[in-house]
This record gives sequence, C-alpha cells and structure tokens, in this order.
Amino acid sequence: MSHQQQFQALVETLKAAIDGQERFTLAYNAEESDFIRFNHAKVRQVGHVQQASVTLKLIDDERHADVQLTLCGEGEVDAQRLIDALQQLRSTLTLLTKDPYLKPNTEAWQNSNVQDVPLPDSQHVVEQIARLAQGLDLVGFYAAGPLYRGFASSWGALGWHQANSFNFDWSLFHENGQAVKANYAGHEWSDAAFAQRFALAREQLEFLGKPLKTLAPGQYRAYLAPAAMDEIIGMLSWGGFSAQSLATKTSPLQRLYSGDAQLSPLVSIDEQVSGSLSPAFSGEGYPRKDLALIMNGQGREQLVGSASAAEYGLQANGAEPWESPSSLSMAAGSLALEQILQKLGTGLYIGNLWYLNYSDQSAARLTGMTRFATFWVEDGKIQAPVSTMRFDDSVYSLLGSALEELTADRELILSTNTYSQRQTASSHLPGALISKLTLTL
Amino acid sequence: MFDLSAQLSQRFAALQSRAQFYSLRYVRQTSQHLCVRKNVAEPPHLSSDEGAMLTVRLNGVEAYAATRDLSQRGLQAALEQAEQHASRLAPHALLDLSDQPVATARADYLSPHLNDAFAPLADCIALLMSESNAVPKDERLVNWQVSLGLENVEQIYLNNAGAQIRRAQRFVYPGMTVTAFDGSDSQTRSLGRDNFGQQGGAEVISNCGLVGSAAQVADQALQLIMAPNTPNGPRDLLLMPDQMILQIHESIGHPLELDRILGDERNYAGTSFVKASDFGHLQYGSELLNVTFDPEIPEQLASYSHDDDGTPASKQFLIRNGLLERPLGGALSQFRADMPGVANSRASNWNRPPIDRMANLNIEPGDESLEQLIGGIEHGVLMSTNRSWSIDDARNKFQFGCEWGQLIENGELKGVVKNPNYRAISAQFWKNLSAVGDASTFKVLGTPNCGKGEPNQVIRVGHASPACVFKQVDVFGGDA
Repeated sequence: MSHQQQFQALVETLKAAIDGQERFTLAYNAEESDFIRFNHAKVRQVGHVQQASVTLKLIDDERHADVQLTLCGEGEVDAQRLIDALQQLRSTLTLLTKDPYLKPNTEAWQNSNVQDVPLPDSQHVVEQIARLAQGLDLVGFYAAGPLYRGFASSWGALGWHQANSFNFDWSLFHENGQAVKANYAGHEWSDAAFAQRFALAREQLEFLGKPLKTLAPGQYRAYLAPAAMDEIIGMLSWGGFSAQSLATKTSPLQRLYSGDAQLSPLVSIDEQVSGSLSPAFSGEGYPRKDLALIMNGQGREQLVGSASAAEYGLQANGAEPWESPSSLSMAAGSLALEQILQKLGTGLYIGNLWYLNYSDQSAARLTGMTRFATFWVEDGKIQAPVSTMRFDDSVYSLLGSALEELTADRELILSTNTYSQRQTASSHLPGALISKLTLTL
Repeated sequence: MFDLSAQLSQRFAALQSRAQFYSLRYVRQTSQHLCVRKNVAEPPHLSSDEGAMLTVRLNGVEAYAATRDLSQRGLQAALEQAEQHASRLAPHALLDLSDQPVATARADYLSPHLNDAFAPLADCIALLMSESNAVPKDERLVNWQVSLGLENVEQIYLNNAGAQIRRAQRFVYPGMTVTAFDGSDSQTRSLGRDNFGQQGGAEVISNCGLVGSAAQVADQALQLIMAPNTPNGPRDLLLMPDQMILQIHESIGHPLELDRILGDERNYAGTSFVKASDFGHLQYGSELLNVTFDPEIPEQLASYSHDDDGTPASKQFLIRNGLLERPLGGALSQFRADMPGVANSRASNWNRPPIDRMANLNIEPGDESLEQLIGGIEHGVLMSTNRSWSIDDARNKFQFGCEWGQLIENGELKGVVKNPNYRAISAQFWKNLSAVGDASTFKVLGTPNCGKGEPNQVIRVGHASPACVFKQVDVFGGDA
C-alpha cells in the first residue's frame, strides 16, 4: 500500500471511530531517505531510514490535545494504534479546561501535489562525487529520497504533498585548513550541472592557498554572499515575524514592527509559498498564504498560527505553531555579480557566516563568525583568505543604514536540516554590499 | 518495562545475514509536554515512537538501515538493505573495521525512582497553573509560562556476539520564564527550561526549584528592565553553574570530540582547535581545572552503564590539573585514532546512527564557598543563566550572553546589570580560571538540545559544575 493509501485508510478509520461532537485533525509525515556521509572524499557512513508518523488532534467541547504516533506500515496494527491513541486523548480531554485559543480550520479544502521525478541511484552519485573529488579533501553529506506530508480533518479538509528530492552539501578543504562550501540540491540530478557546481567550488579553493590575512577588530566594508545572508535572515526568522513573539515583546524585530525602527528601503521580504518546495498547507490544517513580511524596509504582515489568531484577534495565515517562515524570499537589487568586487573596493568578501546569536535581542544586535571562503579584497581584487573573525552588529545597520546594494541575482537555498526528519524549507536571497561591518574578535 | 525484549531477542536470533557482525538497537520513546502560559493551559502534546536500527559490518564496511517495521519481515528487510549499502559502497569506504572489537556485555540500567509512578497529568497541570497564577500582577510583565516535559525511553541493544544491553530511563524537564517590557526594552528571566533536566521522578521538580519560585523570577525580570547595561571592559568574571554548563559544553566538550578532530564534522558542526597530538601534552587550563566524563551521577541526564555501541561507561578524567589527558571518543573513534577515549558513542533515536557525543561532562568542585569566590574579586561581574551562545567552528573564539548580571566591587555583590555578555578565546580563557567553587556551589544540570551530526541529531547532555572565577575577561552590555 502506498503512503497516500495508508494515510487515507487511517482517515477513514478515524471518521468511523469518533463520536457525535468529537472533531479531529490528522497530519501525516513520512520519508524514505538515503544518508551518506563523506570524509577525505570517501564514504564515512552510509545508511537508509524509513519512518512515518501521524499527529492526531482530538477536539471535544473546546478541549483538545494531540499525540504524535509512529506508524509501522502494517494497516491493521496502525489502525489499532490510532484507536488506542484516540482513547488516550479522550481520557486526557476529561482532565482539561476549555481552551480559549482553540481555532481549528473548519473549511473542507482540498489540495494535492505529487512530484515523483525519479532520483539518481545512490551508487551513481557516490561514483560521480568520487570522480570529481579525486585528489581533494572533500567532506560532506548526501541526503535523498521521497518525502510525504498529509493533512485531513473531520470537517473534510484533505491535503497531500509528495516530492522526491536530493541534497548534497559539501566542503573542500585546503591543506592549510581553509575551506569552501558548496551545495547541489533539487529534484532532477544532472551529472553536468553537478560537475559545473563542483568546478566552481574547486576554483574558489585555489584562492585559499594564499597566506592567511589576520584582521584587527574594527569596521570594514563587506560583501555578504547569499549563504551568509541566509544565516542572518535565518536568525531573524527565529521569532522575528511571529505574531506571538511580537505580542509578547520577545521578537528581535519588535522595533521594526512597532515603527520605532526601519530597515533600508531596499529590503523587502516575503513568505513566498506559491512555487516553493514545501507543502501548501500547514500541519494545523490551514492553507499557507503568500505574505509580505517586510516591504521597503518596514514591518508589514506577521506569521499567524491558529492559537495566535484566536488570542490576538488576527487572521490565521497558515503559519505553523512556532510561526517561522519556511519559504522565505527577499527581493533582488540591481548589483550585477561581475560588479561585486569592484563595488566592494577594499574590504571583506564573506562567503558564509556561522553560529549566529543575539548580543542584544531587543536591539536586533547579532554576533557570529565568518566561516568558509572569506577573502580580503583590495581595489576590487581578491588578495588573501581571512582568518576566522567574529562580527557583532545590529540588523538595523547591516540591513539598514549600512546597506548599499543588493545583487540582481538571487540564490535558492534549500534547507539541509535533517533534525528528526528532512526539512522542506527554502530561502531565495540576494547578496548584500555593506558599508560597515563591525569585527570584534 | 522491556515488554518487547523477549520478542525482539527471538526475532533477532531468527535473522539471516551474510555479515560478519550485525546488531539491532531498538528505541521506544513516549513523552508528554505541558505548558501553562499566562494562566491558560496549552493543549498537552503527547507522543509515542518506536523503531529499530540494524547495523551490519560486511567485509569491514559498516552500514545501517533504520525501520519503523518491527516484524520479522521488517527487521530482515532492513538488515538486507544495510548489507546492500555496505556491499555496493565498499569500493569507496573510508574505513576498514574488520579488526574493530565488538561489544559482548549483558546489562540493564534504570533511571533512579523509575518504578515510582509520576504525578498524574491533572496534578501536573494543576502545579503549573498554581505557579503561573503566582506571578504577580504588574502591567510590565507581558508574558510568562511554566512548563513540564516528561520523556520515558527504553532502549534494547542486541548483537550477534551475544550482547544484550537494556536501558529504561525517565527524563524530567521543568521550567519557567517571565518577560518584562518597559515600552522599549524587554528582558526575560527563566528557571530551568533549556538549562535544566534530570533523570528520575517527581523529585526532579524540587531539584529544579520550580515550586514557589514565580515571585522571585518575576521580580528579577522587573529588576532587569530597570537595570543599567553591563559596563564594557576587562573584569573578573564569576560564572554561576547555569552558565558554566554552557561554557563547558561549547569550549571544552565540543573541541574534545574525537570525531571532530578526525574531520568527520568539518562540513557541519566544525573542527577543533585541539589536535590528536595534544593529548597528554596540552595545558588546557589553569591547574584548578579538572574535567571529567562521568556517567555515574544517577540523576544526571546522560548517566548510563553502556553507550549505544555497547561500550561500558565509567568516570574518566579528560583534563586533570589543567593538563589535557583524554578525548571524547567512542569505540570507533578510539579504533581510528589509536588512542583511549570514553563510552560516548550515542544516537538521538532509533533513526540516527551513534556518533561521538558529549554525555555527562563535568567540572570537579574546588574548595571555595560562594562567599569566598565573591570576596576574592575586587572589580568584577557575576553572570547567571545562559541566553546566547556563539563560537567559531574550531571552538575557539566565543561570545556568550546571560540573562542576569550583578557587579562585584571590593569583594561585595552590587547592583544588577542587564545584557551581560563576554567574549574570549577557549585556548586562553581556561588558563584564566582563578578560583573554583566547592561542593556547596556544585549543581547537576544539563540540556536536551545539543545538535550535531549529518544527518542531524539533537541529544541530551548532562553538565555539572561549581561556580568559577576567571581573571580579566572582556565583558560588555547591549545597546538598549
């Protein structure tokens, strides 16, 4: 039985099992994944994982609770597990008070998206990697396979999302310890496209052979490549656009949304669900909407889950309960890629940032490290790789007063996150030219 | 307890394999997470998860397959899938593990008080509601929540060399946060949460100090929004245990992980400023620094008898009198690096393979009371409760931030300061350790949220530490 059939069978089981005024939502998550780790251009660890679970929410008289349940794949056993879980939730609900923030989606929406482009054979991928990495110190991780997401409710909603994908994330290390990072991800593997991406990384590696330049703390002009921007935007996504964080004054973008601060008019950020790789519906059963989170430097829409919608009188817009963007898109600028070094003049070309966190969250002041392919540039020419440095700066400077230009070309970055399961989040980002970046250590 | 043990053993015995070595690691986890926010109970989140990982070693090449299907047919299919991977990718394998010894132990391990029933769900919600209601009425207090997480985990490890290692554990995570807002700045004060968790029963809630703490936590949040920023510049730094655990974790634990030193994590978690040749030679910190891998403190999060590869666990000094002695490397890393390590090969669940992880990583107590530590500081700052952490990929240059700061002048605690941060370099920082608190300052803490590995794994780690003093550290505040 296919995953979709298994899911539909469980939905029917539930429909038959619930009593008069009970309501349910059922979310389905499954994957079959090949995981291959590389070290020194060899296979360090290889494995396969197949997993599937449902999250059942039972609602009765404005009381609700949920249980996440692993499925074994045998229809009768899983149906019994679901019935047992239903009984567990029924017992639990008798202990609860009514939830004033319960706001399920009662619409009977339907949505289906099935992408089943065949994936490459893992052995073929490993052979391609081994061929291109010959003589190089490559370390990386390949994850591939189908992902399945489903949602159904007793009100008749039914969503199904199925997609095959691969993601190879790797680094090439120079013998001096410096490294470049690269990624090749998508649905359709192409040996030629991979070889082209690999060649680009190999080209960058050659720059790393020059003697390291050590910088003193201070302020520097800088170019942040899209992967570095992804770290900054990713940090802001941690509560920044969340309706609950904004209401409880814990959002790092509190001052932006209150109008007390603004970013550069160049900055516009959307949650761009349409055309993204992630499901068109949330695990709570709300269709996800395209949202203008920041427009021309000013805070606009928030990410609103169902509980926030009820608590703060807002419209739920398909955000998950943790209210973080998962299909983020930042508007492009006008800086051509070939002009980056010339416009930078003298300063830092930063390929990636690493391990960001807040120095002062209320002030959106961030700290973090340079990592992978960071170069010192003089008069528009790359001079030397730079030893690892710490920055500490406010977003209102980096993406505000100090932001000079954004690149016209953007990079689509697919999440490499595999905590618990492979993630479908993505971000579409330009690079940024910054007039001053504060280095502290 | 261990309900599936006999059935699993039978099914394991019936497996057919051409591998020289194979093992099964079964994990069942049930959990319950409760939270009351601003006196409203959030819906309980429950979970029930089980599955197994089959690992094979075929002609020296290891591979795994993890399955949710625990039937004889499902386990056999997973075993064959692992064999297929090992066979097909053998020409590209980094390691030949033909000669690596395998586990043969038979043992059971239980968390303390595991046989005592935990409080029923209704009582737990009532406790959280009571603490939430105890937060004082003050319009500046804009958010607060009280939470309780409970996880029951059973693991059964079997291999074809005869090992059978069973573990049943209960983990408890109490916590509270209160946020104050003055119209411009917000400050959050917390208790427990990501800085606290223990194995055991209801006593863990007492150990955390949750009951009766609401008024103090709220008061400290209000003090923080009225406090000046932490001053900038070098000062002596007194770190309380709930910040020491982060300091140990990031700048001792991660750099001593042997798989990082061997390069496995260079694409993700990073490398280390420590080299394999440093063990036995490098003076990591001052002579006051004694760091142990200690799986023998029963309530600590990562106490166990054997790790997830079946290696017996015992207390070991990693750093003694400041000298680096031993890495955090499990059996596989020890085999690869040809050096002794510890039993820290751990997996986050049945669907992730064991790798080198921190487990319980502790600093041994010294001989000074908290009053003596404060009394010995002329110009300093006390920092407590981690809230921000950032460190480079070699685990050297770091910047950490805390919720709570208090100035120390001429041996006395003075006013509260907000946004306390400090930055330094690991390789130098521990040499500035100038005083170590005694057993009265020692706390057994930990976090469920250590991330590492490809595929990614988040795992529980325990850290216990006394309060410690560091000389002349670069401290600073925020902008607000």
